[in-house]
Amino acid sequence: MNLLGKLTWAAIPIDSPLPIISSLVVGTAIVGVLGWVVVKGYFPYVWREWLTSVDHKRVGVMYCLLALVMLLRGFTDAVMMRTQQALAFRSDGYLPPEHYNQVFSSHGTIMIFFVAMPFVIGLMNFVVPLQLGIRDVAFPTLNSVGFWLTATGALLVNISLVVGEFARTGWLPYPPLSELAYSPGVGVDYYLWALQISGVGTLLTGINLVTTILKTRAPGMSLLRMPMFCWTSLASNLLIVAAFPVLTATLAMLTLDRYLGFHFFTNDAGGNVMMFMNLIWAWGHPEVYILILPAFGIFSEVIATFSSKPLFGYRSMVLATMAICVLAFMVWLHHFFTMGAGADVNAFFGIMTTIIAVPTGVKVFNWLFTMYGGRIRYEPPVLWAIGFIITFVIGGMTGVLLALPPVDFLLHNSLFLVAHFHNVIIGGVLFGVFAGYTYWFPKAFGFRLHSGLGKAAFWFWLVGFYVAFMPLYVLGLLGMTRRMQHYDVAAWRPWLLVAAGGAALILVGIVLLIVQLVVSIRRREELRDVDGDPWNGRTLEWATPSPPPVYNFAVLPEVSGDDAYWTTKQSARDAHPPAYGPIELPRNSPTGIVCAFFATVMGFALIWHIWWMVVVGFFGAWATFVVFAWRDQVDDILGADEVERIDRDAHRGTRAPALAGAAA
Amino acid sequence: MSLAAATADDPNALGHQPDADAGGVANQRIIVGYGFWIFLVSDIVMFAAFFAAYAVLSDATAGGPAGRQLFDLKTTAIETACLLLSSFTCGLATIAAHVERRGWFQAAMAATFVLGATFIGLEVHELAGLVAGGNGPQRSGFLSAFFALVGCHGLHVTLGLLWLSTMMAQVVAKGFRDDILRRILCFSLFWHALDIIWVALFTVVYLIGSIT
Repeated sequence: MNLLGKLTWAAIPIDSPLPIISSLVVGTAIVGVLGWVVVKGYFPYVWREWLTSVDHKRVGVMYCLLALVMLLRGFTDAVMMRTQQALAFRSDGYLPPEHYNQVFSSHGTIMIFFVAMPFVIGLMNFVVPLQLGIRDVAFPTLNSVGFWLTATGALLVNISLVVGEFARTGWLPYPPLSELAYSPGVGVDYYLWALQISGVGTLLTGINLVTTILKTRAPGMSLLRMPMFCWTSLASNLLIVAAFPVLTATLAMLTLDRYLGFHFFTNDAGGNVMMFMNLIWAWGHPEVYILILPAFGIFSEVIATFSSKPLFGYRSMVLATMAICVLAFMVWLHHFFTMGAGADVNAFFGIMTTIIAVPTGVKVFNWLFTMYGGRIRYEPPVLWAIGFIITFVIGGMTGVLLALPPVDFLLHNSLFLVAHFHNVIIGGVLFGVFAGYTYWFPKAFGFRLHSGLGKAAFWFWLVGFYVAFMPLYVLGLLGMTRRMQHYDVAAWRPWLLVAAGGAALILVGIVLLIVQLVVSIRRREELRDVDGDPWNGRTLEWATPSPPPVYNFAVLPEVSGDDAYWTTKQSARDAHPPAYGPIELPRNSPTGIVCAFFATVMGFALIWHIWWMVVVGFFGAWATFVVFAWRDQVDDILGADEVERIDRDAHRGTRAPALAGAAA
Repeated sequence: MSLAAATADDPNALGHQPDADAGGVANQRIIVGYGFWIFLVSDIVMFAAFFAAYAVLSDATAGGPAGRQLFDLKTTAIETACLLLSSFTCGLATIAAHVERRGWFQAAMAATFVLGATFIGLEVHELAGLVAGGNGPQRSGFLSAFFALVGCHGLHVTLGLLWLSTMMAQVVAKGFRDDILRRILCFSLFWHALDIIWVALFTVVYLIGSIT
């Protein structure tokens, strides 16, 4: 047997310049950043304070950073697709079919699993403990493990750029195309192991945050006093716990088919292809709500804060959130109405799907009524929120259209569908995380993001989105199916050119976001957030200094009403010096990053059938956990006087008058 | 401002009785146990997917043998007995850990290990026999689903044995520390959950499979 399994020099695509050049750029950037960190002597700091950190704030920031970097990768794929389709009228364009197929597959995979998911999870990680008034998540080290396993998945997807190939099956590997008979290469294997490993990470995060929200809240923080973002996070993480195991099982079945000749989804020997569609969408549809519910929570926070009003209809919002959480599991079949389940089944799922629009509508009206009569400050987070409300309503309505089986028979697999889900994912999830990113950035780093550049980025994104995706609705109605490498229908061409122009506008939006970040870092002194409450917030994260000290709250807050920090500011109770006590802090631990290293080794070895390396990877990961379990000192104790010193240094002096002023 | 006054002024809380005692961080044992229960829920959901696949594919024998021709209820009865008994000894180990009796703990854990390993041995023997007879998972969709479901449970038990021996070693090295007691709690929950899944598996796969 070959010592390196299927891996040979032929795996490096020397002949196709695009992946080689782009991976060289990415590789140079990574090596450059690492080299800069080492040469400048920052490595011990980065290792100690970030890579091995189990602080939920640091882990959350790293999640968001991963998402932003992967957004650039996923967007590059998008630009390639738009330009290919703009060029490929009665010609082959510049991307050969096998390459184009990889591009749209990796675009979807990356955008869902390594942009939307980490961004949403990162914000939940950062914000939820602060809003609940506690010091960390329930299982800090597990949190770090979850993040690093997600990073492993992202790394494997990027390795596929240079070593081997990526799947050509679309973002969900539908069999029989994804079976060994039709996809003999390693592309699908990269997909399977990258998602399997990062899926474990996501599941660990889900378990962690459910436990955190249900079992570790500040005294007095009853469930119905939780900020809306905590509620939507709870719903989203409950969905993760209930749905991700189905993904794990489904991918395991496809893996068994490919590796050991099982017949779950094959055409022959009793395999059942349709079972794959049912199983993958039993995970896939809840996944949609895993992404959008936290975004709903972000908009609820942002709209209430910037309207200077409590959220309208708080309890109806909770109810709507949990209704969506349950209904999310009852609509999966609408992804394959055309499969032939019969009129009765299709009718049931069509009706369920239209019903899910009701709680969503409740939410939209609650946001509108929150703004009604409020004093709205038009900062970038609000712009994203308003852009979201309008865009998402359009996307929701095209969704309800697609939910009608007869309409779906016409529009299935067309660009109308592509336009619909980009409409809700960009207009919903992405606008949501951008709103959250701008809103909580000062909390994380102690200075605000530049407002003008943020507004400019928003407008380019918003207009760019409409220019890029509204033509796709038209194209779908004109009969253009998705994932076409070339075409010869003249009527489609103008719309595809317009869509490419839209992608260019979005590119400007992305560049502006980067410029905003750079400019804000350079001008951080004038954008400094001195009192920890730059937006006049209502929830407990704004009661901490920016950035919050490692323990978040020197003294755990006592919550006595809705909008906990707003109430506090009104009564100015915080003005009294609190009684400090010692704080136990979870020790930083390299468990996460070391475990992810072995997971990467194991995933890579499994992809290339290097069996001895699989064994090394598995026992390495196990040994990592044993070493972790063997350590004697779990916590570091921060003494009361040290807590008091940090708390005084953390601008309490500047914050006290503000708090007292609120009372007067 | 008193709590009652705060809610009386608050139009959003009209008709709503706040639960003043709610919240507060639970103790570590409750947090860990609760988190592990959530994990078990997710694990059971994963098994549910494999059960569903088995239900879909149980008739997809592709001209090959059905369960009736393959299953040997006598072996599976012994397997079941081993696993149920191991749950009992695992319970004894938990009690021994609670009263901090190292000798009893190690003896009960060792018994659990032996019973679990016997279960795995019998299962591997059964599956190897099927493969040798040309009835491996490559034979049909039914056998694929069967091997995956039984194999997934077997893999869990094997990982459980690895965990079990790690816990035994840890108690030798560190004694009954609080965090180790919590891990023993989690391990016992895991072991009992595998038992419950086996009961479902035995019923759905072997018993029903032998009749129909």
